[in-house]
Parts: sequence; structure tokens; C-alpha cells
Amino acid sequence: MSASWLKRHISSLWLSGVFAFFYLPLLFLVVFSFNSTRQDSVFTGFSLRWYQALWNDSRLVEGFSLSLNVALMSATLGTVLATLAAFALVRFGNFRGRTLFNAMLSSPLVMPEVIIGLSLLLLFVGIERMFGWPQRGTFTIVLGHALLGMAYASVVIQSRLKEMDRSVEEAALDLGCRPFQVFFLVTLPNMTQALLAAWLLTFTLSFDDVVISEFLAGPGVTTLPQVIFNYARRGVNPSIYAAASLLMLAVSLAVVIYGIQIARQSRKTGMQPED
Amino acid sequence: MPAMTKVSGFFSHMFLRHGRSLVLTVPWFWLLLFFAVPFFILLRISVTDMGEGLNPFAPLVTSDNGELSLHLKLSNYVSLLHDSDTGWLQTLYTESYLLSLKYALWTTLLCLFFGYPFAYFLARSKPSVRPLLLLMVMLPFWTSFLLRVYAWKGLLTDQGIINHLLIFLGITAEPVQMLYNDVSMLLGMTYVYLPFMVLPLYANLVKLDQRLLEASQDLGATPWETFWLVTVPLSRSGIVAGSMLVFIPCLGEFVIPSLLGGAENLMIGRVVWDEMFSSNNWPRASALAIAMIVGVVMPLAWYNQRVTRRAEQELSA
Repeated sequence: MSASWLKRHISSLWLSGVFAFFYLPLLFLVVFSFNSTRQDSVFTGFSLRWYQALWNDSRLVEGFSLSLNVALMSATLGTVLATLAAFALVRFGNFRGRTLFNAMLSSPLVMPEVIIGLSLLLLFVGIERMFGWPQRGTFTIVLGHALLGMAYASVVIQSRLKEMDRSVEEAALDLGCRPFQVFFLVTLPNMTQALLAAWLLTFTLSFDDVVISEFLAGPGVTTLPQVIFNYARRGVNPSIYAAASLLMLAVSLAVVIYGIQIARQSRKTGMQPED
Repeated sequence: MPAMTKVSGFFSHMFLRHGRSLVLTVPWFWLLLFFAVPFFILLRISVTDMGEGLNPFAPLVTSDNGELSLHLKLSNYVSLLHDSDTGWLQTLYTESYLLSLKYALWTTLLCLFFGYPFAYFLARSKPSVRPLLLLMVMLPFWTSFLLRVYAWKGLLTDQGIINHLLIFLGITAEPVQMLYNDVSMLLGMTYVYLPFMVLPLYANLVKLDQRLLEASQDLGATPWETFWLVTVPLSRSGIVAGSMLVFIPCLGEFVIPSLLGGAENLMIGRVVWDEMFSSNNWPRASALAIAMIVGVVMPLAWYNQRVTRRAEQELSA
């Protein structure tokens, strides 16, 4: 290996090295989910027993359905709120309190999750003492996740709103549309991709979150990541590897389908896909 | 259907008159309730004593025969810094703060070291493969962060694959302890946060004006000099943004120390949790959180904003 060889190939070497680092743990999870024993150092033989164990583990299954519900609700709530906030920031010019509004909106991006969890917990406990409601549980987790997701979603939606061509909306207004018709018939359809991306991002954040859920979950309410976190602290459990592999399969499928869709769309219109 | 038109007419009328304030009011209300109010509750609890009986914290204002008195205690903040046994600045809290800062700093440096060249080469790769490579960076990000951390636990054990490999290659004779110490902590944190460094850097580097690099070369700079004197300074806002996205979440990291850290890798996130749920000391947990916000998060956010704004000004100038 001469120096010039290294110089020529340093870029692909570095790229593949880091990619190997990224994918090594994923490969490990998939391979050992098919292991026939509890071992996590030697592959002793192929079996599907951990998938079966996963299926029969009621805590994991219930956690999964709770997480799915929480993620669906918080993604929807977070995206709706983020759309309103992004609209206000991009379209309303310098309204009163804009700086404070913007700072509060984007703060969760730079706040350690432990602090978000703690401060929301104190809020919910305070409200519960005053009004006897809400109990800590699914509802409080949804609110917490929506707050976090809204911050990320509004970044995505704002950037789309900024680059959008306003002349189409103006044309609709000139042709006699009412402002709210313009919003629902012109503005929203023009940003579906960004809304979808924002919703997916919020969904993933919620589906993945441990810390905020740990703070805001009540007794008897455990999301999938919380169940996994509790198992993981106790030691090796290949059921979790199986869960991880299924999750990866789902994500990869979604990405492939999305990719095909985009490719087909761009072929149909002969244009570059929006990124 | 006259009723329908009436209803929709009512809505459009409402929207025309109040649409703008409606769009503003909902997020304002939401942010005030779920962001501003919790912050003030945190602040308020941090300056009171622990309560008596079932009360987790003492009241801030009491009235005694119509006489109002304010109980403002800074003892929680003092106790963060002072311990009667060990003296000033030698408490569990200062130690875990310093440890958290140390891990966050090292992780940021490691992410920068591996991430900068990675993002640079990514931005210089063929435009046709770039979307695929970017997707490959994002893909692990879409699969559970918890599971990816958990996988390292299996990889790093004494009988794990990495130790097997090291022994097979003859690098060591005995398994190296890699789990539950600095190695696993830094590895786990670098692994999780590397994409957060790569993506803003990539976004910055891909926009870099190639002509500037050519000009630098024409003027006699070596590629190495061009890199350090042109590319790096121009990507400063990307470096700052990426470092911020790595440093701050690392500082409050809760999951990675719980899974990959040992008893002595006590980071501040864990301490806040323990104060809240094990010691039930709400005032101290709040004081810890406030100290973290005021001491670290706010200055960093301010610095980040300043750098971004300056970069925008330079771009538009």
C-alpha cells in the first residue's frame, strides 16, 4: 500500500469505514435474532424461536400497540400545530412576540430530553392537583411527544413554505377564492410532501422516545421503547433482537416503496424529484 | 341545502375575520402552556424547600394572620456546589456535571474527527450516488436508537464478537474490558450522534463554491492548505451547528449511560432522575435542571444563533 494508493482511495476507504461502523450493530441484531440459543457471541444455529417468543410476549406486543397509538396521535397533533406555527412565522411578518414565539418553538431542539420530561412532569402534576386531571398516562405522553415533534416538524414545514411560489395563491385569490379556500385548495396540496415528511419525522421521534415517556408514563402504561429499555438493562434478550429485525424490515420496505414511488413520479413528470 | 351554505358561510366569515389570530392563538397557547409555564414551575420549585408530609415542595408564599411572607431559598443551588463533608465544588453534582461535560466534549470531538471527512467525501461523491449514500446515513436513524445502543452491549461483552476478533487477530490474549467504562460510553455516544454531525456538515459542504477552491489552488496553495485555510473556515457554521446537535443531547444523555455505562459513569441526566424518583427531592432536581439550562443550554443556543446569523449575512453580502 503505497502513499499514492492511499491518497487515491482515502475517500472511499473513509466512507466505507464509517458505513461499516453504522451498520455493524444492525447486522449483529439481525444475525443473532435467528440464533438458536441465548448466546450473543457464537452463532449456534438457525432458528425462529425468538420470533415466536416475541409473538408470545404480551408486554412487548401491548407496548407495540400503545407506541403505535401514541405515535399516530402525537405525530398528527404535532404536525398540525407545527403547520400553524410555521405559517405564522413565514407568512405573518413581524407579529408581536415573534422572537419569543420562535425561541419557544425551537427550544426543544436544543434542550436535553431529561429537562423536557422533568418540566412537563411537574406541570402535569401541578394541573392534576388543581383539577384532578389529567392522570399520568397515554394522554400526557402524547402531549410530551407532540411538543418535541412540533419543534422538528416546524423546521421542515417552514423551509417548504419559504420556497413556495406565492403567485399561485395570489392567482386563486384574484379568481375569487376565499382565503381559507386558498389555504385548503392551493396551499396545503402544494406542501403535502413536506407535511408527510414532518409527520413521519414526528412519528419516528415519538415511536423511538424513551426519556420523555419514562417521565410522563403512569402506572401500567409502558410504551415499546420503555419495555425494551427495561429488558435491556437486565441483560441479553434475543426477543429484542427479533423485534429490532422486524422493525428494520418494516423501515427498509417503507423506504424502498417510497423510493420506487418517487422514481415513478419523476419519470412520469420528467422532472427532478422534490427533495 | 341552505343550512350547509349557512354553516360554511359562517366558517368562512369567521376565518376571514379571525383567521390570522386563530392561526396565531393556538400555537401561542400551546407553547405558553407546555413550554413557558413548565419552565416557571421548574424555577419556582427550585427555590423552595422540600415540603412536609405528602407535599413534594414547600409553598413559596404563605399568609400568616393576613401577613404574606415569601420563602425564597437558594439552598438547593448551594447544595449543588457545596457538601458539608467534602467542601466546595466537590459534590456528587459538580462531579457528574464535569463528567457529563467531559463525555459530551469527547463525543463532539470524535464525531467531528470521523464526521468531517465523511461529510466532505460525501459532498464530493458523484451526484448520481449521493442520494443513495445520504439515504444510507439516514436509514439507521430511522431504526430505533435504543436497539442500536443495545446491540453494542452484545458486541462489546467479554465473550462478544469484537473481543473474539481481537483475540483471533492476536492483538490481545485476554478479553479486553470494553463494556461499562469510558470505551463503551464514548463508542455508544459517538455511534448515536455521528449522523447529527454529518448531516449539517454535508448540507454546508455540498454548497461550497468550487471556484474558491480552484482559486486557492491557482494561487499556489497545496490541497492540504486549501482544506485548512478555505474549506474549514467556510464550513464554520456547519461545524458549530453539528457540534451543537451532538454536544447538548450528549450532556443530558440518559439511555446510553444506563445501558453502556458502569456505576461510576454517572451523568447528570441520571442524577436528575434519581433526585426526582429515588430521593423524591423535587426542589433539588429542579435546581439541577435550571443550572443546566442557564449554565449550558442558553449560552450555547445564543452562540449558535450568532454564528448562523453571521453566516447568513456573509452569504447575502
